Amino acid sequence: MAKGNKIRERMRAVTDHVATGLAVLSTFLVVAPLVAIFVYLVYKGASSLNLAFFTEIPKPEGESGGGMANGILGSGVLLGVASCIGIPIGIGGGIFLAEFGRGTKLANAIRFTADVLNGVPSIVMGVAAYALIVKPQNHIIPFSGHFSAFSGGVALGIMMIPTVCRTTEEMLLMVPHAVREAALALGVPNWRSVLSITVKTASPGIITGCMLAFARVAGETAPLIFTALGNQFWSASLDRPIAALPLQIYVYALSPYDDLHRLAWGGALVLIVLIVLAVSLVRFVAGRGVLKGAS
Amino acid sequence: MLLCALSIFGIVALIATELVMGSQLTWHQFGMSFFSWGETPLIDILKAFSDPTATQPNYWDPVNGHFSALPFVYGTLVSSILALLMAVPLAIGLAVFLTEMCPGVLRGPLAFVTELLAAIPSVIYGLWAVFVLVPLMREYVNPLLIKTLGWTGFFNDANPTGLGFLSAGVILAIMILPIISSLTREVMSAVPHSQREAVLALGATRWEMIRMGVLRNARIGIVGAVILGLGRALGETMAVTMVVGNTAEIHRSLLANGASMASVIANEYGEASSELHFSALTEIGLALFIVTIIVNALARLLVWAVTRGAPARAT
Amino acid sequence: MGVGIEVTNLNAWYGANHTLQDINLNIPANHATALIGPSGCGKSTFVRCLNRMHETNPIARVTGTVRIGDLDIYEDAKPVEIRRRVGMVFQRPNPFPTMSIYDNVAAGLKLNGYSNRRVLDEIVEKSLKNSALWDEVKDDLKKKSGASLSGGQQQRLCIARALAVDPEVLLMDEPASALDPVSTSKIEDLIFQLKTQYTIVIVTHNMQQAARVAEKTGFFLNGRMVEFDSTHKIFTNPSDKRTEDYITGRFG
Repeated sequence: MAKGNKIRERMRAVTDHVATGLAVLSTFLVVAPLVAIFVYLVYKGASSLNLAFFTEIPKPEGESGGGMANGILGSGVLLGVASCIGIPIGIGGGIFLAEFGRGTKLANAIRFTADVLNGVPSIVMGVAAYALIVKPQNHIIPFSGHFSAFSGGVALGIMMIPTVCRTTEEMLLMVPHAVREAALALGVPNWRSVLSITVKTASPGIITGCMLAFARVAGETAPLIFTALGNQFWSASLDRPIAALPLQIYVYALSPYDDLHRLAWGGALVLIVLIVLAVSLVRFVAGRGVLKGAS
Repeated sequence: MLLCALSIFGIVALIATELVMGSQLTWHQFGMSFFSWGETPLIDILKAFSDPTATQPNYWDPVNGHFSALPFVYGTLVSSILALLMAVPLAIGLAVFLTEMCPGVLRGPLAFVTELLAAIPSVIYGLWAVFVLVPLMREYVNPLLIKTLGWTGFFNDANPTGLGFLSAGVILAIMILPIISSLTREVMSAVPHSQREAVLALGATRWEMIRMGVLRNARIGIVGAVILGLGRALGETMAVTMVVGNTAEIHRSLLANGASMASVIANEYGEASSELHFSALTEIGLALFIVTIIVNALARLLVWAVTRGAPARAT
Repeated sequence: MGVGIEVTNLNAWYGANHTLQDINLNIPANHATALIGPSGCGKSTFVRCLNRMHETNPIARVTGTVRIGDLDIYEDAKPVEIRRRVGMVFQRPNPFPTMSIYDNVAAGLKLNGYSNRRVLDEIVEKSLKNSALWDEVKDDLKKKSGASLSGGQQQRLCIARALAVDPEVLLMDEPASALDPVSTSKIEDLIFQLKTQYTIVIVTHNMQQAARVAEKTGFFLNGRMVEFDSTHKIFTNPSDKRTEDYITGRFG
């Protein structure tokens, strides 16, 4: 009863080839902008990276030269504050989810909420930080009442918590059961010791998870626009507005001065290098199966 | 440890509280009309929508204390939908290629490339868009569109700057593509091999096998991936702000300047001129918060349903 | 109607692993032929070479000739054509979970361009009757999904799906090993009926099963076919000592 219709068979073969072609085309169209962006970044950014870039602050508008050193410093400060908030709380949460709450409804709810929180636009975090810290004039919250590096750091830190929490959980879940069993079989007395063995085994993964969160937050601009605000000069104080690399890139890109554009490209290149390094490292660690051995 | 984990709930509660409290003023004053046309006659809006030369109603008026978020809602929706239209076919095509067609040696590098795309900060996309994409649109793409499709009314150019909804849509598409693609790949990989074999054994071509044995089984998860991409597009701030034109107007033309909910907050929040202005911006932030939470929750549920609770990547 | 299968000097590799070595045999038309042997001996690989499913693995390679009827399946035809004419039922039932029972059976037909509603209805009914599933599902054809059936029913559904495209050969790779005894005996009864219309090749771990359903049996060991003869002879008076050792359970 074979239909054996030659035309139909041709059509099916043609459709198969067309589908393959479209898939290949899609791949190309996706890879092309990435290549374009990277090439352009390197081309435009490399020429503006000189010693001055890393050591000087921007010159007054109109003057040429200068650098983004204050932005680099400022980003460092902000990320420091963010990490102090985001990493401990995130890791703690991840340990809870993986070790103590596994399978419970509470843990599932927390995990779900963390994932959803990751999708909230970062500008909303900035608005919340502004309402919480920058706006009110009280003495309960430190550094409140004005734009400050602290408020920016808090906004970024809050963004880090869900990411660090989930990656920590994932890394802990990957620790082979054999490791836990070995610890228990040794008669290790309490949950704290077992925990320290598991956490230690997973620590390379956890650290790279933190790096991933760090890199992600390093490039965030929106939450800083009205918290850290930006600063033309050197400042590392938590109590005052502070410059940040992505923020400066944003402002300079929109300015009418070619010189500032040049600086923006340089800053973008620095940022992208940092991020590519972080992503590559994460892939390397995950790929090496660091957790396979129990040592 | 428990406390740390519970902080997640705390954060959500904190943000929600701050946003709700901050929007009280405009909520009491304007109610739901804040998000619709309020006191502006609908007919004026429609006229200004279609006719580029007609005067736009003054939706967002900090000076006179009159606020309507309609142009921003419009801008967010238009740019996001444009982005989805462009990104979804490409993302699925890429996912299909990577999971079913790609020679093994290419798979790793290509997956890495997609991951890199996802990791690039928004502001860098914006920077590239401002100096490369926008001139490209202005010089080549837009004139072509006006010439060929101008008759539809969706492509006319009152002010040829290259900024506008379409440019914002394009850069958004590039940005949401990686996440849609990665998640689609994940759900496609979760389809058991036995399903693929079942289709092949019936005498199917490779594409038929992909269509019937993989995509069909994964379709719920793919919908979830697309919705997640939508969620990302709705809240995307920096790149859109740099490219959309920042004009609180509603135009039919996709080449017109506009603004999005996130972009108006980014532009005006730091220097809001009155308490009412602040409240209006905060209310927009609240709307963004609620919408993205709902969209993301829905998306995660759909993806989870297909991959059955394997811890999802926190991207 | 079934056709005979002639295998000449078949060799198969997975990468560097020489899985099948110099296989030669003639599988008679309209009979059931069983392939037995210990795990990993190559019986599944062999069967997959008969409908070119072996090729779906990128590191797979085949030399030799397989003729189904008068068609050299490696030289004269494309895999897509072969697989329509040589159906396959797998060890674990794999119905399409997103499709109804009706759509499952009709899946192969739709791929081949059948769209007439009445024709499809007819073929679906006939296939389900041939796989002894019709009475159990005839009221729920479009309402229930393929995955909502019991294990034994799912496997019969898969058989119906394979039969719907009217193959000449039906390959069954341990079709009952994942099923309970009641379902297993139903499948065996089915094979009895089906072999009058199709050529059946069944891979099985279960020697009693081979003795029950097949006229001819082949014994595989370490990638070679040690003995191929009538089932009766294999199980009562095998020519090769290795066959005898396997039958009597000295290894397995």
